[in-house]
Amino acid sequence: MVGIISCGAYIPNWRMSKGLIAKGVKGEKAIAGFDEDSVTMGVAAAADCLKGVDRDSVDGLFFASTTSPYSEKQISTIIAAAMDLRRDILTADFANSLRAGTAAIKAAMDSVKAGSARRVLVVASDCRLAPYDSPFEQITGDGAGALLIGGDPVIAGLEASYSVSNELIDVWRAREDTYVRFWEDRFVQTQGYLKIMGEAISGLLEKTKLSPRNFSKLVIYGHEGRRPVELARNLGFDTKAQLQDMLLDLMGNTGTAYPSMLLVAALEEARAGDKILWASYGNGSDAFVLEVGEGIEKARNRRGIKAHLESKRMVPDYLTYLKWRKLLLERPVLNRLHYWTYPSAPPIMRERNRIYPLYGVRCASCGKVQYPPQRVCLKCGSKDNFQEIRLSDKNGTLHSFSTEALSGQLVGAVNFDGGGRIWCNITDTTYEELKIGMPMEMSFREVLYDYGIHNYFWKAIPLRVQG
Amino acid sequence: MPGVKDKVAIIGMGCTKFDEHWDKDVKDLIVDACWEAFQDAGVEPKDIKAGWWSTMWNGDLGRSLAYPLKLGFIPISRVENRCASGLDAFINACHAVAAGAYDLVLVCGAEKLKDIGFPAPGGDPATPYLSRVDPTFLPVACFAQLAQRYAYHWNIPIDKLKETMAKIGVKNHHNGSLNPKAQFQREVTLEQVMSAPIISYPIGLFDAAGVTDGAAAAVITRADMAKNFKDDYILVKGVGMACGKYSWQVDDEWEGDHIEESVFASRMAYKEAGIKNPRQELDLAIVHDCFTITELVIYEDLGFSPRGKGREDVEAGTFELGGELPVNTDGGLKSFGHPIGASGLRMTYEVYKQLQGKAGPRQIKNPRLGLSHTFGGTPVEGGTAAVAILGCRD
Repeated sequence: MVGIISCGAYIPNWRMSKGLIAKGVKGEKAIAGFDEDSVTMGVAAAADCLKGVDRDSVDGLFFASTTSPYSEKQISTIIAAAMDLRRDILTADFANSLRAGTAAIKAAMDSVKAGSARRVLVVASDCRLAPYDSPFEQITGDGAGALLIGGDPVIAGLEASYSVSNELIDVWRAREDTYVRFWEDRFVQTQGYLKIMGEAISGLLEKTKLSPRNFSKLVIYGHEGRRPVELARNLGFDTKAQLQDMLLDLMGNTGTAYPSMLLVAALEEARAGDKILWASYGNGSDAFVLEVGEGIEKARNRRGIKAHLESKRMVPDYLTYLKWRKLLLERPVLNRLHYWTYPSAPPIMRERNRIYPLYGVRCASCGKVQYPPQRVCLKCGSKDNFQEIRLSDKNGTLHSFSTEALSGQLVGAVNFDGGGRIWCNITDTTYEELKIGMPMEMSFREVLYDYGIHNYFWKAIPLRVQG
Repeated sequence: MPGVKDKVAIIGMGCTKFDEHWDKDVKDLIVDACWEAFQDAGVEPKDIKAGWWSTMWNGDLGRSLAYPLKLGFIPISRVENRCASGLDAFINACHAVAAGAYDLVLVCGAEKLKDIGFPAPGGDPATPYLSRVDPTFLPVACFAQLAQRYAYHWNIPIDKLKETMAKIGVKNHHNGSLNPKAQFQREVTLEQVMSAPIISYPIGLFDAAGVTDGAAAAVITRADMAKNFKDDYILVKGVGMACGKYSWQVDDEWEGDHIEESVFASRMAYKEAGIKNPRQELDLAIVHDCFTITELVIYEDLGFSPRGKGREDVEAGTFELGGELPVNTDGGLKSFGHPIGASGLRMTYEVYKQLQGKAGPRQIKNPRLGLSHTFGGTPVEGGTAAVAILGCRD
């Protein structure tokens, strides 16, 4: 059986109280940090999904998003490189629709079914901007989900699917737009969402000869929280017992990532034998029937949705959020700053192993682990006698730290468990919270944007979830 | 016998006021410093046989020195080793003279930082990785971690350490207040230093050197020729230099509680000068107090204080003007200012003037042997420490 063989998610540390957007509104939503985007969140979700998975067993990686930082340049290669996947794999980006994530799932399913790939990792990630002062601003959140598609043993078999393609201008964003656009609400909901979701789900039920009572969970996309309830009721589902919580007051609508993140949340509660009806939306709908398998118990150690939701810190104010999303007018370079910092493509290529999967080296003569990779061992002096060692998935302890005076960023040294040290930026924390010796982990971030190049690298963060 | 001991003499030195020289460019500063040195030595530009020129940002080839001074078509080497550039240039010139290659040479260092804003992190083309994924940072972030690791190693609360650091700042400001060439000629109180804005904790505004314009120069000759120029020439007794190698960043066993480069550079110079007990034998030391924590660590790295005991010596006033071993009698980088390429020579200038008894109100009593020390780079990246020991003639 083809299905989901592993799953993971990422919700940024940062939450914004909806009260910052409009007075008196309750709840909060997840916000990408200043150094996060759909690429970095995708890497984190992929890492969560691949915990304990042999990375060489992955034959493909699909990335889905409407907020790729590049108009021309693949993102899936960045994530594949950061995840240390093989080079002889198929990578592809699915874009331009919130349905891109499930389209990628369908393509992955079909690849595995056809035998052209054993395992395909599908990463969906989004960091969309809703217009300020619009009701939707209170709803959009940032996050990523990752599902590994493959054969038995599965944690959830993908039994059947049904797609509807629908040309409609309801929710969209032109290339030059910063914010997502919506047509008038009743049109969006009645002529778009309710109609098309109804068509897809009914079509799937008819095709599979299943009825709503066969399902333990209905996991569906919704622009907001009210219409999905209406849709579920109309289709004959018990909205209290069956409809998956949309997490709108904890996380928000995470766009392309939303369907897979809600599915990960549902799987966290699921038991073997449960049937899940799962549907996305965006210029049509993709609907799936999943049956939870025995493998589900082995996938419980993911951070997924629950652990990520529990680990959070609040964005202090709306101005901070505006700066992070680069929504303030560009300021001139302060005249004390003479950075010469544009990234250079040839060294990025040369150093790709030490940059993306964060490879250090272990001296084959004396065992000393060193980062960045060296030609001559700092301890025993032997030359070119090293084995590569991946450090991105190793935790460590904080050796030293301080605040960089001009940028305000934290910088310091982290000693990896098992040897090796990195000098890097530290993020998602404050100087006051740091202590020598505290446990740290690595997190993929955008470290620089210049020359049209988004430069990504690993930073250290305080260990988010114990164990 | 190899080395420079008693083979090289300084016969003239010059140093501009260190300041924000809005109305002078680097060429003006070079002319001012070198002319003072020429007049002090009683020589003219045409007498100079070779030159060493140190700057980090404000010049390029040897021509940057030849052009303002109208030197002849002579060999001039440009030396750049960050904040150690000036002393590195001086050491190279000493080696050339000791080797007999030239008999009268000029060393000049200059920096005009206030014309170029401040060259910030990532601006250093020598940074080993141009992929630009690694963190950018100003030196202060590294020296803040030196303070942090020092406090951690010796198990002192960091705010206690900050107080010791502040006392060093107070001392150097006091010394600077007696120096008409210093950038900041005013005293500061302990409270002012402690409550100054934080740059990178525990380093505050008054723990940090100024950003400064200035130039300094030396005219050097063979020791056996020195008396032809003047009676109170000063002899070079020993030099040392050592370069770090990113140990803090790469070696997971690196403690980071001191600066190893300074240990090696000073031991090399002591050996050549025949110094066994620097605290007793040296009469003064001008050292690289880019931040007050650096000066504290230097006390121990240079063997003035036992490891972990520098704080006790600060409390005892050991390094004050009237103390057992006065350090940074001219105000140090803290109050004299820090034009990068010039600083090493400025330090040497102070030792030279003190040994000649020409240091004015800050003159210490009958010094015979003095040391200058610079440290370029940071303890986190690895730096260059350079030491020169000067002594009076017999």
